[in-house]
Parts: sequence; structure tokens; C-alpha cells
Amino acid sequence: MNAWRQPGFWFSFLLIFLGGLVVLVLRQDTLRENAFTILMFIGLASSLNILMGYTGYVNFGHIVFFGLGGYFGFFLVSEMGWPVYLAALGGGVLSAIIALIIGAAVLRLRGAYFALATIGVNEAARAFVSNFEPFGGSTGLFVNFSAYDRYGGAAHALWFTFILLWLVVLAVVVVSYLVKRSRFGLGLSAIREDEDTAMVMGVNAPRDKTKAFLISAFFPGLIGTLYFFKNGNVEPDDAFRFQMSLEILVMVMLGGKGLLLGPIIGTFAYERLRGYLIISPIFKNLHLALSGGILLLIVLFVPGGAVGWLRDRLPKLRRWLE
Amino acid sequence: MTQILPSIIDGLLIGFVYGVAAMGLTLIWGVMRVINLGHGATMALGMFCTYLLFSDFAVNPYLGMVAVVILSLLFGVIIYGIALHRVIQSGYLSTLLATFAVNMIIIGVGTAVFTTSPQNIDFSAGSITLGPVILQGTRLLAALAAVVITGALYLFLYFTRPGKAIRAVSNNRAAAELMGIPSSYVLALAFGLGTMLAAVAGGLTSTFFPFTILSGSTYQLKSFVICVLGGLGNPLGALLGGLFLGGLEGIIPTFMPVSWVPVVEFALFVLVLVVKPTGLLGSK
Repeated sequence: MNAWRQPGFWFSFLLIFLGGLVVLVLRQDTLRENAFTILMFIGLASSLNILMGYTGYVNFGHIVFFGLGGYFGFFLVSEMGWPVYLAALGGGVLSAIIALIIGAAVLRLRGAYFALATIGVNEAARAFVSNFEPFGGSTGLFVNFSAYDRYGGAAHALWFTFILLWLVVLAVVVVSYLVKRSRFGLGLSAIREDEDTAMVMGVNAPRDKTKAFLISAFFPGLIGTLYFFKNGNVEPDDAFRFQMSLEILVMVMLGGKGLLLGPIIGTFAYERLRGYLIISPIFKNLHLALSGGILLLIVLFVPGGAVGWLRDRLPKLRRWLE
Repeated sequence: MTQILPSIIDGLLIGFVYGVAAMGLTLIWGVMRVINLGHGATMALGMFCTYLLFSDFAVNPYLGMVAVVILSLLFGVIIYGIALHRVIQSGYLSTLLATFAVNMIIIGVGTAVFTTSPQNIDFSAGSITLGPVILQGTRLLAALAAVVITGALYLFLYFTRPGKAIRAVSNNRAAAELMGIPSSYVLALAFGLGTMLAAVAGGLTSTFFPFTILSGSTYQLKSFVICVLGGLGNPLGALLGGLFLGGLEGIIPTFMPVSWVPVVEFALFVLVLVVKPTGLLGSK
């Protein structure tokens, strides 16, 4: 198939594949933790990109799927004793089902109204879980340590989780690419440019939007389960941080929305920058303000993000910067 | 039963202040189709402005409100010039992100300067007892101030030239420009007014609740809920929505744990958005 010959896809894919491989070969714990965070955000940003970049619907509540899916998956691991890979899949499926229900309501809204509704969904989910007793209420859940024994102790379990996350993120990249290249993806782009015209031209907008929302919600559920399993506990304030939804948004914008490579580069750049700002003595207290300043500069002057900017400047590299 | 009446009245008094905050948000939306995600941070700035005037210069919080009004009006105009003017035409994604960036900058600098430890304004305006109901003086005065501000805003929008210009631009920007209205100035003024309302609401809130630089976000979310209840772009709806939400917050704790209040609020919010996005008062 012609689609597999695109260098742009392989560039993004190999970047993550080789990055993960290096971590596995070196086997350092701190390196793994850093790589885990970056991979997690790449997965979240890329899955958000399917809805925000391709379809043009800004979702301020992307973290709801991370939180709810993660909660459910964690519940399956610690209370029901499921193996972590099955539980993660369960978390992802639950996220997709919730997306179907929420989507039936909020996807009828457009533009700023949709964005507002997603803020409401985020807060409602947090408030609900804080009060929901089977999920431990506001104190959350803790992992039963025997759950780690199945994988040969906690140390092995952490490496195992890392490998799972690595595979999930690779899957996100492949799916993002397939969506973008397909007829379905073209329909999404048409919706982004002008929804009414797209519908007149025969795009089934309600169905396609719902599908995009489902795909975009499935992966955060998987990633959430793995993340909370790695942490060993889950609590509402951790799972539904509005701030995190926004950070993911910044990452997508920084790299370039609607591009395969955009969220990957954006995540990497944002994480490096934040890491630097947090440890630097001068900017330690100001890192949030600086991130805000960077976001403002991007929105005002480089709306295409870093990768989009490069594509505009260097037409020869476009094949590589999908 | 004896508890319900006082808590409803208490809630309604706070509702006036919620209404003022929501009016700021709804004014900005109505005139320039921008959802101001820096709204909560501006409220927090209003709180700290009142607090600093009170604690460092011993200025009466209600007198300090005059300074808050002037400073926040200027602040809003400057924010418009820096962050919004360039992207005002390029769609809601850019304006949402631009105002959110402003929010991050304010919170970031505010956290560095004020830290996140809670502050409060130790000011008492006595209380009035009416039968079974005890009215806190600070809340009564805040509600009164909210009514005065709403009246002033109404007079400004309907009986002065700049106010009429704002309404003209919100009706049809292109036509207003053809009539010789400098729309950029008008938008800057409208954003300044919206910011001012937020800061004043913040200042009034600070007289009866403790606060940190982060507390703005809670009130910002309440403002969203209120705006949607009253219909985005409708100032009177915002005030009524504020009263409704305040009353609701007073009633719910009498028969449900307090922690369920946000669940009810946001469920209502999503429900109204989905069923009737023009708001409970809005036309079809």
C-alpha cells in the first residue's frame, strides 16, 4: 500500500521506536521514569490531536478519559485482580463508551460552546469520582502489592509497564496516521474547515465526529491505567487535573496541530523546557508564567506550531514532516 | 426547616456577587465572541488588590473598590492590546488559547509573588437580625454594591455614547465600522469593562471568603455555569443566573452532602448547554 511508503510516517514512528529501544538497552531507572512521562504525554497529545487537529473541536476535558479510564483500569487491577494489560484495555474500552455517551450530547455543539461544555464535563467527572465510594471517594485507591508479584516484583513490573506504554504510544502514532490518510480522515478535515459545507458534500458529520471522539478517548484510558498502575495509587485530584488538559493542549499547539509529528515534537520541547525551568534557580517560581508567555507568542505569531513553521519554510522537507 | 430560609438568603446574597462576575464574562462574549479564560485569574487579582490596600494601607475594602475599578479597567485594555487584538479575527481556538496564556502568566507571577497560602480580609460590617435570619453585614454590602454596579453598567450601555458604541459593535461589527465607530477601541473598552467586573466581583468575594491566587478558577467555573444558565451574551440573564446558582448552593447542603454541590452544578451546566444552548432566558 502506498500509504506505508510515506517517509513522514516512518520518521515519526522510528523516532519513538528507537527512543524506547535506547531506554530498554540502557536500563537506567531515572531514564525510564523520564521517558515514561514523555511517552505518556506524547500518547495523550497525539490522541487529542485526532479530535483537535484533524476535526477542529477543542477539547478542554481530554484528561477526563485519562482519569475515568485510569480509575476503572486501576480498579480492575487492584480490586478484581486482572492482569495489567487486560485492565488497561478495559480502561480504554470504558473511556470509549463514556465518549460515546458524552459525545451524543456535546458533539451537537460547535466551536466555543463545545469547548465550554468540555470544561463542564471535566469538573463534573472530578466531582463525581470524589463522591463515588467504590472508587475510594476523595482519598482514591491504592494498589494491592500482590498485584506486582505476577510480574516478578515491583521492579520488573515497572519495566513491564514501560514496555506496554511504549507499544501503546506506537499504536497511537500508527492509528493517527491511518486516520489521517483515510477517507474518514479527509472527512474530518472537511468538517474542520467548514462543517456545513462538508455535510452538503456528503460527509456524515455526526457519525464521523463521534468516531473521531471515540478513537481520541480510547487511548487516554489505556495510558491512564498504565500510569496509575506505575504510581501505585490513584486519587481524584491527580486524575482530573484541569491543568494537565491544558498542558496537553499547549503541547499540541507548540508542535503543530493536525500534523503527525507535531504533538511528538511539541511534547518533547515542552517537557525539556519545563524540566529546565523547574530546576533553574531564577525561573523556578515562574515556570508557569513562562509557559504562558511561550503559548501566547505561539498563538500570536506562529499559529502553525514548530513543525508547521518548518513545513512552510522548507518545502523540500514536507515529505518528512507529515 | 428553620435552616433552609437563612441558607437560601445567604446563598442569594452571594449570588449577586456571582452575577457580577458572570456579567463580565458574558459582556466580553456578547461583544467580541471571546470566552475569557483569564477571567478567574483577574478575579484573584481583584481579591489581592483589595487585600493589599486593606492590610498595607488600611483602606476600607469598599473604598478600595474604586481603585480596583480604575486599575482593572486599565489592565483589561492593556491585555486586549497585547494578547487579543492580533487574533480577534482568527477564530475561537486562537482567542481561547490567548486568554488562557494570559491566565497562566497571571497565575504564575501571582504564585511567585503571593505564594499559595490562604489570605483573608479581617473586616466586619456587623450583622442585622431579622426574625430567624441573621444577615452578615459584609454580604449585605456586597449584594448592594453588586446592584449598584449592575445599574451603573445598564446606564452606561444604554445612555452614553461609548456604551451605545459597544452595543452597536456587538450587534454588527462591520456595520458599526461603516458608521464611523472605531471598533478596535470599542472592543478594548468592552474587554476592559469585562475585566473590571471580574476584578470587582473578586474584591467583593474577598471580604467574606478566604482566598489564594488560585481561587479564581472555582469562581471562573461558576461564572461559566451562570452564563450558560442565563444565556451567553445576556447581562441580565447573568445576574439572574447568579442568583439562581447562589440560591441553589444555599439549598443543596440542607439535604445533600456539600461535596455534591459541584456535581449538581456541572450536570445542570452540561444539560442546559445541550438542551437549550441559548440559556434558560434566551430565545430560540
